Amino acid sequence: MAKMTLDQLRALRAQKQEELETRNVEGKDIQLIVGMGTCGIAAGAKQTFDAIVAALEKHKLANKVVVRQTGCMGLCYVEPTVEVIMPDMPPVIYGKMTSDVAEELVVKHLIEHSLLDNHIFDKPAIDIAKH
Amino acid sequence: MHFAIGDFVIDLIQNSVEASSSLIEVEIDDATNGVHVRIADNGCGMSPDEINKAFDPLKNSAAKHPGRKAGFGLPFIKQAVEQADGSFRIRSEKGKGTEVCFSFPKSSIDSPPLGNVPELFLNALNMVGPRELILRRRRSSDGLSYEVKKSELVEAVGCLTSASSLLLVKQYLASQEE
Repeated sequence: MAKMTLDQLRALRAQKQEELETRNVEGKDIQLIVGMGTCGIAAGAKQTFDAIVAALEKHKLANKVVVRQTGCMGLCYVEPTVEVIMPDMPPVIYGKMTSDVAEELVVKHLIEHSLLDNHIFDKPAIDIAKH
Repeated sequence: MHFAIGDFVIDLIQNSVEASSSLIEVEIDDATNGVHVRIADNGCGMSPDEINKAFDPLKNSAAKHPGRKAGFGLPFIKQAVEQADGSFRIRSEKGKGTEVCFSFPKSSIDSPPLGNVPELFLNALNMVGPRELILRRRRSSDGLSYEVKKSELVEAVGCLTSASSLLLVKQYLASQEE
């Protein structure tokens, strides 16, 4: 692959915006928040992040989802963690979200509106959560 | 424990973000004799006493996580560098910022691999907080050298928390390694 310039990047963005299909999620945002504290990184959160972005592209949801990172949420024992905030679904923090589970997250939670029961871990630790 | 040098770098960039930095500079030099990294920010900085506490994983500053004083980022990197007989230096001034420099020698069997640099840069660019993030990469084996600025990428593709923007930037970063 030849080295891309910023102008080429702008042109690619314009092209992609025409190509991307839009899914009807009633104009609301979906947020995926990946825990990227020391614990998360050590458990493979970077790979999880990458796998989530790839899965969003595969299922044509990239233009409807915001992907962010946060620090330690106090769930170090089940890292990598991913918090999902989505209209019409309860906010959920998933644990043990290794990169091989990323696509299942996108398909089951975002598309099928169904929870990944084996990965649900409630809310952040009480001293981390902002009241 | 972290696997790659990139894991330590993203951890330290996170520290800079949490220090409310508006400008963070990262330099990764994959040289013949070793990997040299510099991370500098203009965040809240630390007093000498705070620096000492930052290296004690169980006596960390409570500013980041009130009620939980555990912090492993700096202790991890210092331990890994010492194990590999590398070098480590931190300079910080309260109210001005912090600079961390470390090196892993290629000659040491305990030096971790560098890891995927474009992936590291993408993770760093996705972090919300700093207005500007400057990422510099050098590799002596083939003369590779490039610089990436968050402000330029935001201007080109929009907000870097959008998955669609991340995909474009991922492609752009991968191309810079050619």
